[in-house]
Amino acid sequence: MSFRIALQSRLAALAVLAGIVFVGPAQAAGEPLVVYSARKYQLVEQLFQEYGRERGIEVKSVTDDGAPLIQRLTAEGANSPADVFISVDAGDLWRATQAGLLQPVKSPTLEAAIPAHLRDPEGHWFGLAVRARTIAYSTARVKPADLSTYAALGDARWKGKLCLRSGKAVYNQSLVAMFINDMGVEATERMVRAWIGNLAAEPFSNDTLMLKAMAAGQCDVGITNSYYLGRLQNEQKDFPVQIFWADQAGKGTHVNISGGGVTKRAKNRAEAVRFLEWLASPAIQQRFAAVNFEFPANAGVDPLPEVKAWGAFKPNSVNVGLIGKTQPAAVMLIDRAGWH
Amino acid sequence: MNAQSPPRAGPTVAAILVALPMLAVLAAIVHGATGADPALWAHLTEHVLARVVANTAALVVGVVVIAVALGTSLAWLTAACEFPGRGFFAWALYLPMAVPAYVLAFVAVATLDYAGAVPTAMRAWFGADLAVPPIRSTVGLIAVLGFASYPYVYLMARGAFLTHGARVLEAAQSLGYGPWAGLVRVAIPLARPWLAGGAALVAMETLADFGAVSVFNYDTFTTAIYKAWYGLFSVETALALALLLLGFVAITMAAEQLARGRGRHTAADSGTRAPVRLALSGPRGWLASAFAAAVFAAGFLLPGIALARWALEVAPVDLDARYVTYILRTLSLAAMAALACLALALVLGYANRLSKGFATHAAARIATLGYAVPGTVLAVGVVTVLGGLDGAFRTLAGGEGLWLQGTVLALLLGYVARFLAVAYGPVLGGFARIRPSLEEAARSLGLAPREILARLHLPLLGAGVGTALLLVFVDVMKEMPITLMTRPFGWDTLAVRVFEMTAEGEWQRAALPALAIVVAGLLPVALLTWRMERAARAA
Repeated sequence: MSFRIALQSRLAALAVLAGIVFVGPAQAAGEPLVVYSARKYQLVEQLFQEYGRERGIEVKSVTDDGAPLIQRLTAEGANSPADVFISVDAGDLWRATQAGLLQPVKSPTLEAAIPAHLRDPEGHWFGLAVRARTIAYSTARVKPADLSTYAALGDARWKGKLCLRSGKAVYNQSLVAMFINDMGVEATERMVRAWIGNLAAEPFSNDTLMLKAMAAGQCDVGITNSYYLGRLQNEQKDFPVQIFWADQAGKGTHVNISGGGVTKRAKNRAEAVRFLEWLASPAIQQRFAAVNFEFPANAGVDPLPEVKAWGAFKPNSVNVGLIGKTQPAAVMLIDRAGWH
Repeated sequence: MNAQSPPRAGPTVAAILVALPMLAVLAAIVHGATGADPALWAHLTEHVLARVVANTAALVVGVVVIAVALGTSLAWLTAACEFPGRGFFAWALYLPMAVPAYVLAFVAVATLDYAGAVPTAMRAWFGADLAVPPIRSTVGLIAVLGFASYPYVYLMARGAFLTHGARVLEAAQSLGYGPWAGLVRVAIPLARPWLAGGAALVAMETLADFGAVSVFNYDTFTTAIYKAWYGLFSVETALALALLLLGFVAITMAAEQLARGRGRHTAADSGTRAPVRLALSGPRGWLASAFAAAVFAAGFLLPGIALARWALEVAPVDLDARYVTYILRTLSLAAMAALACLALALVLGYANRLSKGFATHAAARIATLGYAVPGTVLAVGVVTVLGGLDGAFRTLAGGEGLWLQGTVLALLLGYVARFLAVAYGPVLGGFARIRPSLEEAARSLGLAPREILARLHLPLLGAGVGTALLLVFVDVMKEMPITLMTRPFGWDTLAVRVFEMTAEGEWQRAALPALAIVVAGLLPVALLTWRMERAARAA
């Protein structure tokens, strides 16, 4: 109970103080914190180590894709050393929750920092960075006025001019899942089939390749996570592809999250909660997102200036957890539509 | 132990013991597969299976044909013919083995796809409308995997040609055959068991490949397995798909048996003389050099240069002291796994020599099945088995925690389950070349089976042992999914680092760890091939 009081503070100084005060009986400050992370090493390791130094503990982590980490947690069961699970998409968080691998956390700090549609209502997981999946267009051949919605990419004018990443990519699966939730299976399948009919090339294995193909002139429009373009624009200032925020007159642009939750059997639960709160705190949020050109989940924190330059947009604000629930249906739709 | 009549049950029991880990992993996979979701399965049958079966079959056939054609012809040229640069190519043509298939795939796509440097330059020269055939096609992928895997065939075929050496050439020449007719009519029939073994390795490696096929976005069994697991959230359905894939493996193995024909691994002629090579003079010699150079360039030199250029760009930011740890971890895991696989392969091979029974044979088949199973499926089996064992340990010994999971032992179990086949093939070939009469003589001198193994077989196995060590070592260095899923904290390898970069679409940053894999792999490849070449010359 006494931890709860300290946790309510958003000030790092107070958190450290609280750590010192409670170090005796809980002996938590000395225990290592173990993180299973699908967010890759180069994006998180520095922050993990920084937290460890700040708290005087060791932060141990392993990385892998979300699904194998969930399998590892399942096999380790009650004896898993993991305290925190971090994913790069909402579907894996939903599935980990379904599998009973995460525990509910009640933290006013996290609830205040993270908007409701980016976290589990019961506190099993919290979004930490937002990735928007939207339309990308060639600045050489397309005017923003030509663009409007995702569905319009299936129009005849884009015949042979659309590039897509593989339907096996989870980000496309969650995009389709969102549409199934918003407009039903049939309308979504019609939209996806129209996209496939407009393809200029076989789907690409990742967004970066696709964006480069757009820049080289293989196609004019595509769908991408904004941060991939952010990286390319960072490498080459005049990269001839730009972001268009889709569906602004409708329900808003599709967003997914990279987020985390405390594992069901966390040995170091208090530290795990504190860690998530630290990651959600304004100063860390800025860096957590900035390293990958993403949007901070904490609404009060600004993204990088070059990310801000894409302009403000309306995100689809249906809870991202619903994406996970619908994902299998989305995968089957993608198979039926022949989106390879 | 009675020297006169070696125990009959011993070899069978030993073989079954070696097969136990894989048997347990298989049992875990089968058990998991029984939980497959019928609704999902119906969906897969209707919309997915036909396509992935056709794709997988086309890929395996294409890659095996390319790998066998390249591997056999190059082995013949370097073993039986003389042409400018032969000495260099004989050794250098092994090197593509150190380049992981997924690395070759991403270099090919990054440089040869529409936006890559090569088509971009071609459009600049010949106009923007120039249509360059897309590298991201079935043919492109077959070429990439063919170049990545021909060294397996090259290694096996070269061993066979060197063993038969002068005899074959003399026979061919006395029959009035030129070098190519000699290859087709005499050398290949004699080398069939080795060629079939190499082709089987290539086929199994292709069936299990995930990295290269996903770079090309080519749908195979492996990608369908991943999709069922990652996308449909049904690991059980994924395991059921993996079982179906094992059906394919059974077909491959039967095909290998057929391809071996009645041919046996034949014993080396004790009177083998130093090989007399057929001199390819003039244009024919240069043509041979050009062919060898082209394969070396496509499989090693050009991708190596591309990797080095990208790696140099990111090295100032990414290269630091941690790489020492990654390299040491990678090498030590590869060495441990190579030794473990070799030891088990020796037991298995020896057991199969002593006992021709069905059980021993079946045990060998099961123990070596893992090479065709996608690493990630094996990893699921491994963590399940270890979870069960850890539970049993806790029940027996009390207490909490994990005994096996998250230890190096878990990793090694995974590697053995996956790569035993790679060590077993060469060891088996080595055993077969030792004449049974030698054993009978040793036995009549009163030596026990163990002593015969240590004092007779091991020294004579030489090249087979080297090949086994080399193949496992290099395969483990490149391995991703098992390492990712079962590694202990802090045991990040170079392949793990490649995974983390490519998973984020940062291929050029992945060039640094990828290049490190190639460079770190070169040393053992060079060392072992040099030793094998020397041994072959001595023979």
